[in-house]
Amino acid sequence: MSKISISDLELHYSNFNALKNVNLEIPEKEITAYIGPSGCGKSTLLKSLNRMNDLIEGCKITGTVLLDGEDIYRGMDINLLRKRVGMVFQKPNPFPMTIYDNVAFGPRTHGVRSKVKLDEMVEKALRDAAIWDEVKDRLKKNALGMSGGQQQRLCIARALAVQPEVLLMDEPTSALDPISTSRIEDLALELKKEYTIVMVTHNMQQAARISDNTAFFLLGEVVEFDKTEELFSMPKDKRTEDYITGRFG
Amino acid sequence: MMEAMNHITWREKIKGYKKDPFSALLLTLVVLSAIITVGVLISLIVYIIIKGVPNITPELFEWKYNTENVSMMPAIINTIIITALSLIFAVPIGIFSAIYLAEYAKKGNRLIPVVRLTTETLAGIPSIVFGLFGYLLFNIHFGWGYSMLGGALTLSIMILPLIMRTTEEALLSVSDAYREGSFGLGAGKLRTVFRIVLPSAVPGILSGVILAIGRIVGETAALLYPAGTATVVPSSVMQSGRTLAVHMYALLNEGFYIDQAYATAVVLLVLVIGINALSAFIAKKVGVKE
Repeated sequence: MSKISISDLELHYSNFNALKNVNLEIPEKEITAYIGPSGCGKSTLLKSLNRMNDLIEGCKITGTVLLDGEDIYRGMDINLLRKRVGMVFQKPNPFPMTIYDNVAFGPRTHGVRSKVKLDEMVEKALRDAAIWDEVKDRLKKNALGMSGGQQQRLCIARALAVQPEVLLMDEPTSALDPISTSRIEDLALELKKEYTIVMVTHNMQQAARISDNTAFFLLGEVVEFDKTEELFSMPKDKRTEDYITGRFG
Repeated sequence: MMEAMNHITWREKIKGYKKDPFSALLLTLVVLSAIITVGVLISLIVYIIIKGVPNITPELFEWKYNTENVSMMPAIINTIIITALSLIFAVPIGIFSAIYLAEYAKKGNRLIPVVRLTTETLAGIPSIVFGLFGYLLFNIHFGWGYSMLGGALTLSIMILPLIMRTTEEALLSVSDAYREGSFGLGAGKLRTVFRIVLPSAVPGILSGVILAIGRIVGETAALLYPAGTATVVPSSVMQSGRTLAVHMYALLNEGFYIDQAYATAVVLLVLVIGINALSAFIAKKVGVKE
């Protein structure tokens, strides 16, 4: 069953046509990876799933994106949408405040005031992001003092704390070392039991390792979308084959 | 090895410059300029200290001013009152307009260049013009007469551009990653600006406010007309009172109390240097954090 279905999506940044006629189904509780060379529109598509593109001036979108059958661009409250569709960014971006406050920021935004409830939510989010043991004794310390890999897992915890249904990850490991990367990958595999994950990655091995479905993008178009094993073992399109065998990109 | 390579003796240096007299001339000029700049400042400070420190006496700090003790205590208290009043008016308006410019106004908005031009112009106006304007508006038109409130309002107008610009810069230097992170969690604009962006910008804003305090403390021309030169701590802000800088100006102007004026100058100097040092310290702290 599709959690998100994208149909006829076109996106323009003023004169630049960044996404051309995109049609994709994102299955529930699986990891869907977007791969492709830089500037191919994969991050742009990811950002249109929680309307982060709305922040960019001159950005025009047509077509529909349905989340559980509801059109996210028509009649859906943008802040509720972003609560349901969380996001982890390329560069870890913890807020300059304590670890606790970082994680509690989301729940507080959505009206949770009770200290007991907040404590509970913060702990659960940090546990789910597999970082609880490392930070439980320094929840009141500034988050900027953590290592890059810890910061990124904190950002994942922060996103999980608002109890989203979908987690968008925009190259979540590109700024991290191999060990932190593998921890994030293990975490993603763990998280897909509860969440639908869409991940943009530059790293084809990463897509092959952890994703269930892969979409290959080129110049704003989806060239091929298939089960990950299929796409990597027998690509149907010549361009996909050239890309995954390293002939360009 | 590297050190040996980088190490050039004075003799070698001079030899190098002999080959290239134009470089030698330029070097002399820049070194000279630096020496003159520092020299002027140091001689000014030394001069004021030599003239002023021996004249600092306990009487100068008595609670009430009279022509015997020429106390600067009322002036010090008035300085604090005027500073606080000016900040109360200027800081919120300055910060809020900066928030509008940096966070709310759309990029193509035609109001932005107008507001910017206005603030730049405001920043370039000589302070005596502010003084005259304040006098005409508050003292004459509103009929307040000489009043601390009029003086404080005049100073607020004067420091507004300073606070606005430093705040705007501080806001713009806050990484967009924070804004994205906050929006991405479903926070609205208001919450993002006030919970995430503004707290990150506080050190920058603070250093702007402290610079503004420095200007207020050192200002005379903009205060003479609106606030007058009464030598007491007034019972209400609607009455006249002089700040430290005005006090010093008045002492010099009257010509009877030159020694006390020097003593006042020392106190004023210490105050301004202290405020500037504090501002530099805070600005440095901002620099460290991203």
